[in-house]
This record gives sequence, C-alpha cells and structure tokens, in this order.
Amino acid sequence: MRTSESIARLVLQTATIVAILATSATAAFAAPTDVLGYDDARHLLVRTGFGPTDAEVRAYAPLTREAAVAKLLKETRTTASTPPPESVTDSGPLRYPNAEMSTAEEKKAFARQQARDGLALRAWWVREMLVTPSPLTERMTLFWHNHFVSSQAKVRLARLMYRQNVALRSYATANFGDLLHAMAKDPAMLVYLDGVRSRKGAPNENFAREVMELFTLGEGRYGEQDIKEAARAFTGWSVDRQSGEFVFRPRIHDYGVKTVFGKSAAFDGDDVLDLLLARPETAQLVTAKLWREFVSPDPDPKEVRRIAGRFVASRYDIKTVLSDLLLCDAFYAAENRGTLVKSPTELVVGTMRSFGVAPDATLALAIATAAMGQNLMAPPNVKGWPGGEAWINTNTLLARKQFVDRVTRAEVARRAGATVTTPDDAAPAAGAMQRRLSGIDFDSGRFLAQFPGVTVKERGQWAQRLLLPVAPQGDDPPNDADAIVRALLFDTAYQLK
Amino acid sequence: MDRRTFLQSSLAAAALQSLGAASPSLAFAAAPATASYRNLLVLIELSGGNDGLNTVVPYADPAYYALRPKIAIARDDVVQLSDRAGLHPALAPLQPLWRSEELAVLQGIGYPAPNLSHFRSIEIWDTASSSDAYLTDGWLTRAFAAAPAPRAFAADGIVIGSNAMGPLAGSGTRAVALSNTDNFLRQARLAAPGGEPRNSAYRHILNVEADIVQAAMKLDAHHGFATEFPQGTFGNAVKTACQVIASPSGVAVVRLSLAGFDTHGAQAPTQARLLGELGRGIVALKSALDELGRWNDTLILTYAEFGRRPRENLSAGTDHGTANTHFALGGRVIGGFYGAAPMLDRLSGDGNLAHAVDFREIYATVLERWWGLPSQPTLGKRFAPVPFVRA
Repeated sequence: MRTSESIARLVLQTATIVAILATSATAAFAAPTDVLGYDDARHLLVRTGFGPTDAEVRAYAPLTREAAVAKLLKETRTTASTPPPESVTDSGPLRYPNAEMSTAEEKKAFARQQARDGLALRAWWVREMLVTPSPLTERMTLFWHNHFVSSQAKVRLARLMYRQNVALRSYATANFGDLLHAMAKDPAMLVYLDGVRSRKGAPNENFAREVMELFTLGEGRYGEQDIKEAARAFTGWSVDRQSGEFVFRPRIHDYGVKTVFGKSAAFDGDDVLDLLLARPETAQLVTAKLWREFVSPDPDPKEVRRIAGRFVASRYDIKTVLSDLLLCDAFYAAENRGTLVKSPTELVVGTMRSFGVAPDATLALAIATAAMGQNLMAPPNVKGWPGGEAWINTNTLLARKQFVDRVTRAEVARRAGATVTTPDDAAPAAGAMQRRLSGIDFDSGRFLAQFPGVTVKERGQWAQRLLLPVAPQGDDPPNDADAIVRALLFDTAYQLK
Repeated sequence: MDRRTFLQSSLAAAALQSLGAASPSLAFAAAPATASYRNLLVLIELSGGNDGLNTVVPYADPAYYALRPKIAIARDDVVQLSDRAGLHPALAPLQPLWRSEELAVLQGIGYPAPNLSHFRSIEIWDTASSSDAYLTDGWLTRAFAAAPAPRAFAADGIVIGSNAMGPLAGSGTRAVALSNTDNFLRQARLAAPGGEPRNSAYRHILNVEADIVQAAMKLDAHHGFATEFPQGTFGNAVKTACQVIASPSGVAVVRLSLAGFDTHGAQAPTQARLLGELGRGIVALKSALDELGRWNDTLILTYAEFGRRPRENLSAGTDHGTANTHFALGGRVIGGFYGAAPMLDRLSGDGNLAHAVDFREIYATVLERWWGLPSQPTLGKRFAPVPFVRA
C-alpha cells in the first residue's frame, strides 16, 4: 500500500532526526524550551530573509521569539550596503525620446541605453540582496516594489526606477503613511500611473483608481465617483524635467471643491491620501498582504483584524505590524510550515546565500529570476506579481529546475576540469547564461563539511534541516555529497518555505 | 443599465451560485462522455483593453469623429467592411478573410454592471462570472473538469508566452504554459514528480510536474512549415502555437496573448503597431493551419478585459471603457456582423458604451456549437449561443 509505505518512510525519517537530536549536544539544542531552537530559528530566517546559512541559524537558535524578532527589526537598514551603478545616479535633465530627439536612430539609441542601465540596476539589486547584512530590509523593499508597483517597461528611465528603489528601502520598515505619501509623489510612479498626464479639466484617473483599489482600500470599497473626484485632487503633481524630481504645478492643479467618501472640501492629493489612511480597510489590506508574505497563504480574519488594529494605533508603524505578525502563534504553527511558495528571487538569492556564495555574475541571477516569472523592476502590471501558487506553472517550474540543474551540474564539470557542454548550448542565450552560472563557486563538499557528523549521510541530514521546510520526498538519501545536495535542491519541498 | 435589471441579474446569479454549490455533481452528470475536442479553440487575449472603436471603425458616424478629434481613424484610411464600418488600416491583412466570409465581427460585447479595473474585469472574463460574483477557476477549467480532453491529448489547453493561466487557471484541468516547444521538451527531462502532497502548494507543484511529463511525452516540436511567421514576440508565439497544434496527439485549446493595449496616452502609434502584429500573426496562423488541414476545425477568438471610452482624453489616448468589439475567425465561421454597432449617441453617465451581447453568450457558442457541450453547468446560467460558427 502506497500510504502505509509513506507513513513508514515518515516514521523512519522522524526516527533519524530524533537520533541526531539525541546525539548532537550542540548549543542550540541544549538551550531551554522557550528559545527558538534550530528549526524555529531557521523558519524565522527563511521567512524573513532569503536562505540563511547554518551559522546564521545557530546564532538565532538560542534566542527567544521576542529577542529574535527584536534583533531582526533592530538590524534593518534604510540604505543599501553596496554602491549603485553610476549610470543610474546621473542627475542631469531627464531625456525622453520626443520632439528634441526625433530621429529613429536616436530613439533606438535611447532604448538600448535604458535597457543596458536597467540590466545594471537589476544586477546591482540582486547583489545587494546577496550581501546585505539585513535580508529583511531587501525582502521588505521587494514587498513594497510589488505593492507600489512601477515598471521600467513604462517608466523607461532606469534612474527613476533606481530612485524609487532607494525610496522604498528608506521607508521599508518605517512608516506606511509616510511611504504612501512618498510613493504618490515618486517620479517613477507619476510616470507609471499617468500622474504626469493629469491636469485640471482633464484629470487622469489611473493613479486615483489604483491607489484605492490596490495600495489602500481594496476593490469595491469606493465608488467610481470617489475616483473621479480624487483624480482632480492629484492634478498638478508632476515631474520636473530638469531635475527629475517631483514638482507641484499650481497652474494645472484643480483647486475646486471635491467630494470624496462623502466629505467635501478643496482637497489636494495629500488630503486624499490622509482620507485613505483614515479608513480601517487600509490597515487590513496591508496586514493581510503581509500575512500572505510571511505567515501563510490564508490570513486568519480575526488575527488580521487584531493586528491591523494595532497597526493603526501605532500610526502605521511597519515594525509594529511586522513584529506582531512574526510573533503570532500562526507564524510558528506546524501546519503553516512549507505552505508558501518561494518567489523566484527567494529561490535564486536564497540558494546562493545558503551555500555561502556571492558570485560576480549577478546579472545572470537576475535573468534567472526573470525566466521564472519575476523580472525585477518590471512587474507584469500594476497589481504586481500575484505570487503564491501562481509562481508555479509548467513554464516557471521548469525554469526553477533548470537553474538548480545548472548551478549544481556546473560544479561537477568544473571539478572534473571540463567545460560544461550540454544540449542547452544549442540555444545561444541559454548557453551564455549557462556559462555565467558555471562560474559560480558552488561547492557541495564544502557546504556539507560545515555540518556535524561523521559520515556524509549524517551531514546530509543537517543539510536537509537547513534547506527544506518539510521532510523530503522520502527515497533513501544518496551517499555522495554532490548527489545529496542535488537531491535536496530538486526536492519538491525546496520550492516551498 | 438600470437598477432594476442589475438587481434581477445579480439575484439570479446569486441564486444559481448557491444552487451550484449545493449540488456539485450536477454539472458533472450533465456533461456528455465525449466532447468534440477535435474542434480546436485558439484564444487571443488583447491584454490591457484594446480600443474596439479604433479597431472596427464606425466611419460613417459623425459622433465618432466628434468624440475623437485627435485619434479618430480618417475615413480614407479605413479598410471598408460595409458602408458603415471598417478595419483599422493595420488590420488590412484580414481583409481577404472578410471577403471569404471567414471573419465574424462581434460588436457590443460586454456584461452588466461593468467593472473598470483591469484585474477585476479580466477576472470576470476569465472566470465567466457576473460582475458581483467571485469565482476562482477559469471557465475553461470548469468545462474541462466536467468533460476532460482525451488522455491521449498532450494537454487540455496550452498557454503560450504568458505566465498567467487566465481561463485555464485553477486545478481540475491539464494546462501547460510554455514559450518555446524546443526549450520545453529539453527542460522537461528535469521533471520527476514525487513526494506526498502535504498542503495545497505542494499538491499544486506535483500536479504541474505531472502535466509537464504528460505533455512532454506527447508534444512533437519538429513540424516543418512553409509558412513564414512574422518577427517579434507575437509572431514567435504564433509559431510556437502552430508547433503545438501540429503535434499528432492533440490539444483542445491554445491561448495566445498580445499585451500593451492600455493606451491612456499617445494611443495611435502603439495601437497601430499592436494591431499590425495581430493581423500578421492571424494571417500566419491561418496559413499554417491550412498546411495542417486544420483551418476548418479551428475557431479563433479575440478577447480583452474591456474596451475603451469613446471620448478620447487630453493625452491623445483613451481611458478604461466597457463594451468592445471582437473577432471570430476560422473555416467554419459564418462571416459578417453580430451584436450591435456602437451607439455613440447613447452613452452612459460616465461616457461609456452599453453592451448588446453578454460575453458569456460567446462562451456558450464555444461550448455548445463548437464542442457539443452543455454550457449551463460551466456558465452557471443559461446564455444563448450566437450563430457565428457552424457546428
């Protein structure tokens, strides 16, 4: 019987783990029961970062839940730890292809330049995620990138996308109200949602609609008339072509009386944002979205209401809502382990971080996440990447497996002193990516050597505890380091967190 | 629409939904054992909301030119279909199909109480729900869950060049997303479903992996076409679609996407470029289907989340609208106009068009006339088919 076999396998695995627990007198497991221990520390770091290393897990294992969360939040940053590419820090006048850049050649050159700058920008962000001492800062920056969505596909200028990324990071774990106001005036956002096209007498409704539907209240919690009126309030919010900064243009602002949510006054854009922040739906929407990011795919409505209430009471302090979510019982509940699908970025950056490698070829990593359906700086639409199970379809699952295959196979070939030649080299683009990924110093033997144990199989059991949120597929684990690591990375559970 | 009609339809929808929930086996029992999935459906999503008024242009209506002083298509540029309506010039490649009466123009397609959000409205189209109902599975997923394609088929449906499954979203259908058949077959060797499903996400991954293995066993990417496929993303997607269709194992649905129709500003060049890609793509598709001898059992349908507002905005673009114009093409399509021409003198309070044909009537046509399936279990309500295709 299939079922009894699988139960038998589970029992055997559990027995092995118990045996390891009994024999390994590491500090993590000798600690009292109110501390995290290895598995809960791992869970906290995976859910709030990318892949932790064994050493990082051991550093958190002796802490209580409260102390661990306080440490995580205290160590968050407001700036990146690595310098951005020069091409995106240019502060000269904005250049768009228009009347003054009229020839087809100029337009093509512009498009090529922006594409290059955009790739450099993505490579830089992936590098930051790889080396940052605060992975939570980057996870939250990415979370807000997927909330206050803008895409280089429309914004075009990489430097505006960079500046938005800097702003998202500076508010990432600070205050949601400040973040909302900053994003409404963010130049990339003003281009992306057509604020720059909006003027008195001809308000563009795009931003007014999305700020209500996606950024604050949620679909159906406003009327079409509210959108039309709010759009008038945002007129005059524009981008200065000389500096590339936000500018208010009084001459195209509608100073008239607007009626939004039944209140009438000569509202401006900031007033409308404050009206949105005053509605309870806003905190609930953000809290539920954070729940799906960090806790489980199905928010508990009662808990969301409780935590959202405290979020409002803290005047939208993001550290407060994060702390509440990371300390709620559901976060550590056994039934929620391994229920969230890793985003492509978590899979790629996490694999590198867990194995302690930070390759120079971060552009290849950014391209890998794009192949899995997450092209950073270019979410598919203003709703962002839907995430969850939608990350996985036949196309993206194969891209995930191919990434793992390339990273691990390159290692074997490199050690044998051979260059990697595979059928993939038939496709030039894929072949180029393969070669770049082959340069990654991925070493299964070195990775396994850090774990306690006499045999490679015993070390493999520890690797499994670090890499998988739930037990593996259950076949007898292989005997050599390369095969053990490949089996773990190809396990279905490796796609989950 | 008036409030009373809205109330009636929403009440009816609610009543039908609760009925469906109470008796899930009803839908299953009603479906016949075999549907005629030899008849292929090719869906083309014009994502972002294509502007139907500048696609099939009411060039004889002065109101059209009054509403669109900057972006109207000049009468002389229109590819005339009748003494009232004509195609955007970029769609000139479709003219021969109109002459051979294999192109149906479906006008005034929409639904009651239209929603102007991209996401909500495409969700309504993809799930075939009413404006006030929330369904999770795509309409084709529900159809295939009740009447699956034969096991010998590579898949129920194949989604090309998009990671959003659209009408094939949800479990209960064998749906495969791919962007290139060669890459898919090469990569599929890495798939090896295994493990006990512990939760929904885990089960989903196992199902997807099993679909990969099935499709890879049955897809064949090596048909040589004489047809020259257009350059570019959409042309490549059409080529991939033709490779999929050429596989002897079969597939019931192919879904293609062409994105970028959300033309709030400077609409004219963008829409012309996209419609050009669409027109050339459809012509290549027809040519390849002719080579395969499949044109007579293929139905091509375009769809989008909504049309655009008749009055142009001050950015020489158009904002989100409601009712829209779509195309049906194929060897057994009965060419001509269906639905109702846009009534530009009777716009709603927010300046939008009223719909004449519910989009679910188009779906009912596919289910009943094209596949010989009962449509009501899938659509939750009775919708009359539109006679634009021969069974």
